[in-house]
Amino acid sequence: MGIEILKDKCTGCKLCLKACPFGAISVEDKLAVIDLAKCTLCNACVDACKAGAIVIKKDLASSHRLNSEELAQYKDVWVFAEQRNGVVQSVVYELLGKGRELANRLGVNLCAVYLGESVGDQLKQLFRRGADLVYVVESPKLKDYLSEPYSNVLTQLILEHKPEIVLCGATSLGRSLIPRVAAVIATGLTADCTGLEIEQEQRILLQTRPAFGGNIMATIICPHHRPQMATVRHKVMPEAAADSLAEGRVIKKYIAEDKLISRTKLIDVAKEVETTVNITEANIIVSGGRGLQGPQNFKLLQDLALVLGGAVGASRAAVDSDWISYSHQVGQTGKTVCPKIYIACGISGQIQHLAGMQSSEIIVAINKDPQAPIFSTATYGIVGDIFEVVPALTAKFKQILRKS
Amino acid sequence: MNTIVCIKQVPETTDIKIDPQTNTLIREGASSIINPFDMYALEEAIRIKEKLGGQVSVISMGPPQAEAALREAIALGCDQGVLISDRAFAGSDTWATSYTLAKAIRKMGKFDLVICGKQAMDGDTAQVGPGIAVQLNIPQITYVKKIESIDQNLARVERMTEFGYEVIETPLPCLFTVVKEINEPRLPSLKGKMRAKSAQVNIWNSKDIQADPERIGLKGSPTQVIKIFTPQPRKGGQILQGSTEEVVDKLANILKDIAAGCK
Repeated sequence: MGIEILKDKCTGCKLCLKACPFGAISVEDKLAVIDLAKCTLCNACVDACKAGAIVIKKDLASSHRLNSEELAQYKDVWVFAEQRNGVVQSVVYELLGKGRELANRLGVNLCAVYLGESVGDQLKQLFRRGADLVYVVESPKLKDYLSEPYSNVLTQLILEHKPEIVLCGATSLGRSLIPRVAAVIATGLTADCTGLEIEQEQRILLQTRPAFGGNIMATIICPHHRPQMATVRHKVMPEAAADSLAEGRVIKKYIAEDKLISRTKLIDVAKEVETTVNITEANIIVSGGRGLQGPQNFKLLQDLALVLGGAVGASRAAVDSDWISYSHQVGQTGKTVCPKIYIACGISGQIQHLAGMQSSEIIVAINKDPQAPIFSTATYGIVGDIFEVVPALTAKFKQILRKS
Repeated sequence: MNTIVCIKQVPETTDIKIDPQTNTLIREGASSIINPFDMYALEEAIRIKEKLGGQVSVISMGPPQAEAALREAIALGCDQGVLISDRAFAGSDTWATSYTLAKAIRKMGKFDLVICGKQAMDGDTAQVGPGIAVQLNIPQITYVKKIESIDQNLARVERMTEFGYEVIETPLPCLFTVVKEINEPRLPSLKGKMRAKSAQVNIWNSKDIQADPERIGLKGSPTQVIKIFTPQPRKGGQILQGSTEEVVDKLANILKDIAAGCK
């Protein structure tokens, strides 16, 4: 197995060198040379080469792969219906929107899986948002997320019912639960996807996700294992429209008690008190950086966020100075957010910060330095003093939004 | 108390920029660092050792040059390093990586705790930690922001969520993935640096860890990358001109409908 340069075809044009995200290619004597220690066999050079001089040998039939007959046994698109305190989270409705599209392309059912103490009226909500079928497992032991019982139950349901695709929100829960399930089943999982499409002929899910802090995008497939599993970034896909008349089927499953045992114990759930909304859920984020000059000035941002019904974010500089807690940090070592409106106040726009917010729909930058890099990313820029502009915006929106 | 820390050597991400003309990646130099989240994992493990005694072992899977990352970890206070390196691992996805690391951890012998960073800075998947926990059949706690208490048998930690945090108790052995808030990593001491130079770093290949050849590398990876591309860089937009009052009016006008819709 491996990668090979066809010496008679290589022209030494260096296109592959530019395409390689890992810096693994050099050109010596007009011939591409691959540093095998750095190469990850990602295919970028193969696509870039116009001479067809690079081949990756992927003829690697592993005995663990499913054959076509086995693959054909897997049907339906599943969405994991993440709940907190019995309420289905909004990311689930986004997944049902996308899931409907995928299920229609494949000609299969769209199913939701609900684990919790009691499904109650949430069942109706799942049907309204397009689920044809809902698998429900109810137990007091599933009230709150714990990795072992949750992954045991979901694994068992998947092995029994064989879905073709399983989607889950890329939340703190999803990104802890789903890797466990994929590890047990020994199937592929793609993290934090922002794009999902179907290649119809082979029924393959094309999963696109950012890497290197959003500086490159990768499309990933899982051709020989099922289900094809993905966690999906919150707020990227539109929610499924609600149809109040929609109905569906429910299948209640009973799971043996021993599968519900957890070695870890949840002792307490503490809510962050300082802000009402968490930044990954918020539609509007007012974010502050070094330009705020001190912790007391975050009050200005809180006022604006309150008027807009948004949350408060922060740059790494502000968090590292202890002006605000880490849970507010946006960027590479903090959280990735994609709100409808992101207002960056006194943030210069380091690449690590941009990595966490550049997929926001609208970015507003307020900074007194006209040369600040944030302005080359912002949709709208205001060169000015945040201590003047932000309170003026707060007053203005208070006036406007009260009217509407 | 024996702790194993899993680290990854990653390219220093500021090196990665997009050439606006060709829309390709520019990599200035080839500097590599320990994945920043793994620095918090190393620091926490060393603090636990300082409190409870025992050993910290650091392990990494990667090319031969990743040995430098292991020596850096030893300079910080780890006792020994293991590099898992073999051409047969190339193209490993998160499944194959978890399998490989778990195989190596088993070979390392008895341990009480495994700590990983919450995710690597290049891949951003956050999947390898939970994958290792499953392969080793030990409990996992992700996004740990504080260890409230820990002894040989039991730990109580705070796990960060979108809404605040959870307090979770777990028997050991267990696997934690940690976030930045957990500590402030130290710098290596001079003594540490000296020790790291001469410290033994074991290098194991796929046979040493008795890995199933069908489960490793590209062959053992359920997922494949079929395309890598650079996203269209976001273009800077409009700078609003005028007095504070004027720009605020302009901006409010542009945003008011969206803002009202978000309420």
